Amino acid sequence: MIATEAHARPNAAPDERYYTYAYLDEQTKRMIRRAILKALAIPGYQVPFGSREMPVPYGWGTGGIQLTAAIIGPEDVYKCIDQGADDTTNAVSIRRFFATVADVATTEDTSEATIIQSRHRIPEQPLADGQIMVFQVPQPEPLRGLEPRETETRAMHAYAEYGLQYVSLYENISAYGRIAATAGYPVMIDERYLMSPSPIPKFDNPKMHMNPAILLFGAGREKRIYAVPPFTRVRSLDFEDYPFETQSWDEVCALCGANDSYLDEVVLDDQGQHMFVCSDSHYCADRRAKGHAGPMAGHALAHIETEIAVEEA
Amino acid sequence: MTDILERPTSVTATDQAAPLLRVSNLTKYYGHVAGCLDISFEMRPGEVLGIVGESGSGKSTLLNCISGKLAPTSGSIAFNSRRHGLVDIYDLSEPDRRRMQREDWGFVHQNPRDGLRMRVSGGANVAEPLMNLGRRHYGDMRQATMDWLSRVELDLGRVDDKPRNFSGGMQQRIQIARNLIHNPRLVFMDEPTGGLDVSVQARLLDLLRELVRDLGLAAIIVTHDMAVARLMADRLMVMKGGHVVETGLADQVLDDPQHPYTQLLVSSVLQI
Repeated sequence: MIATEAHARPNAAPDERYYTYAYLDEQTKRMIRRAILKALAIPGYQVPFGSREMPVPYGWGTGGIQLTAAIIGPEDVYKCIDQGADDTTNAVSIRRFFATVADVATTEDTSEATIIQSRHRIPEQPLADGQIMVFQVPQPEPLRGLEPRETETRAMHAYAEYGLQYVSLYENISAYGRIAATAGYPVMIDERYLMSPSPIPKFDNPKMHMNPAILLFGAGREKRIYAVPPFTRVRSLDFEDYPFETQSWDEVCALCGANDSYLDEVVLDDQGQHMFVCSDSHYCADRRAKGHAGPMAGHALAHIETEIAVEEA
Repeated sequence: MTDILERPTSVTATDQAAPLLRVSNLTKYYGHVAGCLDISFEMRPGEVLGIVGESGSGKSTLLNCISGKLAPTSGSIAFNSRRHGLVDIYDLSEPDRRRMQREDWGFVHQNPRDGLRMRVSGGANVAEPLMNLGRRHYGDMRQATMDWLSRVELDLGRVDDKPRNFSGGMQQRIQIARNLIHNPRLVFMDEPTGGLDVSVQARLLDLLRELVRDLGLAAIIVTHDMAVARLMADRLMVMKGGHVVETGLADQVLDDPQHPYTQLLVSSVLQI
C-alpha cells in the first residue's frame, strides 16, 4: 500500500467479486451522485441523502466511504489519510477496502492521487485541478451545538441568518481572550452558506479558498452531503477586532525541518521528552527523501517509519 | 402611578399619531376549540398594555398570535416596523418577518430557560441579538453587554458564568437585558415575574418599570397577577373564555371594574 504500488492494479476478474463494483449497488451510487451534483450546484448546502449501512460503524467514515464508492472508477488512484498519515489503522483499512472492491491503484503520493479521502487534514501539498478530496464528516451542522432544532437550523440556512454562529466565537474570546476553536472552524461558502469543514484544523481552512480541486463532504450517520466546487470563495468567520488566525508553532518538524506544515506533538517517554513532527506523513517523508533534515533527524521514530516502508515494499 | 403616565420625550408627536400595533378581529381556533375570539385593539409607541385573565382565558394564545409564533385563524395583526412601515405581519415573507422580529421585538418568557441559551454564558446571551443584527466587533458588543448588565443590576464579574449558575431572578434579569439590548420597539412579556418570590418580584418589577419608561418602550405584558398589572400597565385588557370582557386604563379597570368577571378577579386578590 505504498507509492511503488501505484498503477499496479490487483485486477480481480469481475465474476470473482462478491460485491457490486465499489461495494454499493448501482441504484445507491446513482442516488449519491445526484446528491453530489446538487451539492456542487449549491456550494455549502447540506443535501440530504439515503445513507446506507456500511461494513464499518458510524463514526468510522461511512459518509466518506459512500462518497468515494459513488465516484470511484477503475482508472482512479486512491489515497486515504487519517490525521494526515497514510499508515494509521483506519486509513490502511479503508484503502485496502477500496483496493479490494473497486480494483483501484492506491498511493500515498498526494500529487499522484485522483481521489483523496480524509477525516482530519487537507494534505500540505496544494491540491490540483482534477483531484477530488472526500471528507468524512461526523457533524455536518455547524449550528448544532448552539441550536438543537433541525427545523430551526434549516430555516437559518435558508434565510442566511448566521448571527448565532458568532455566539460561539464570542464565547471563545470571553473565555480565552482569543478565538480558541481549532478544528471544524466554521466557514462561509461563497458568502452564502455557512459550512462546517469537518474536523480539519483551522490551519487547513485557508487551503479551501479558491481551491482548484473538488471538495466533497459526507456525513453517513447524519445523512448529509455537501461540497465546495473548484475556485469557490471560502471565508473563515471572525470578528473585526479578532481576525481569523491559523495555528503556528515555535518549533519546526523534528524529522524534516519543515516550518510551514501542521505539526503533531509526539510524547517520547514519561520524562517529558517530546518532539513535533509533520502530521502529513507523505509530505514529511517526501521532504526527508529530498534531503531536508530537522533537529531530530535520524531519530528512532523515523527509522521505524522507514522500516515499515521497506517491509511493505 | 402618576409617574408612569408621563411619557418620555423620545417619543415624537408623529410617532404618537401612528399606531405601533393594530390588531383587528383576531380569532384563533384550535380545531373546534376557540383560543381567542374577535379581538381588536391598537397600541401607540411607548404604551404598556396589560392582558389579564385566568388560566385558559386565551392570554397566551393572543400573545403567540400577535408575536408571530402562531398564525391566527382569521383577523389581522399590523405592526409598524422600522423597515416595512405598518404591515400585516403575516403578509410578510417568513425571512422578512423573522428579521422584523429580530430587529423590532423582544420576547421575555416566563421561564428564563425558554428565552436563554443555557449552554452559553450570560454575556453571550445578552450580546446575541447584536450579532443577529450583523454586529461583528467583539469589543463594542462586550461594552454594550457590560452596560446592559449594569443597567439590570447584575454583578459584572459574573458576565461569563453560565445561566444555570445564576438564581431565577438573575436569569430573568439576563433575559430582560438580552431582549432590550438591540433597542426594540415592542417587547412581549409573558408572566415576566412568575415563579419568583415576592421580594425579587418587587425589585424586578421596579427595574422593568424604570427601563420601560426610560426607553419609551411599548410593551405587552400578559399576567394573572393583578399587582403586576397595576404596577406596569397603562391600559388593561381583561380576558375570559377567549373574549375581551373589559378594557380601559389600568387604574380605572382595577378601581372601578364593570364586568362581573373583572369584579371577581379584582376582589380575589389576596390582602395581607
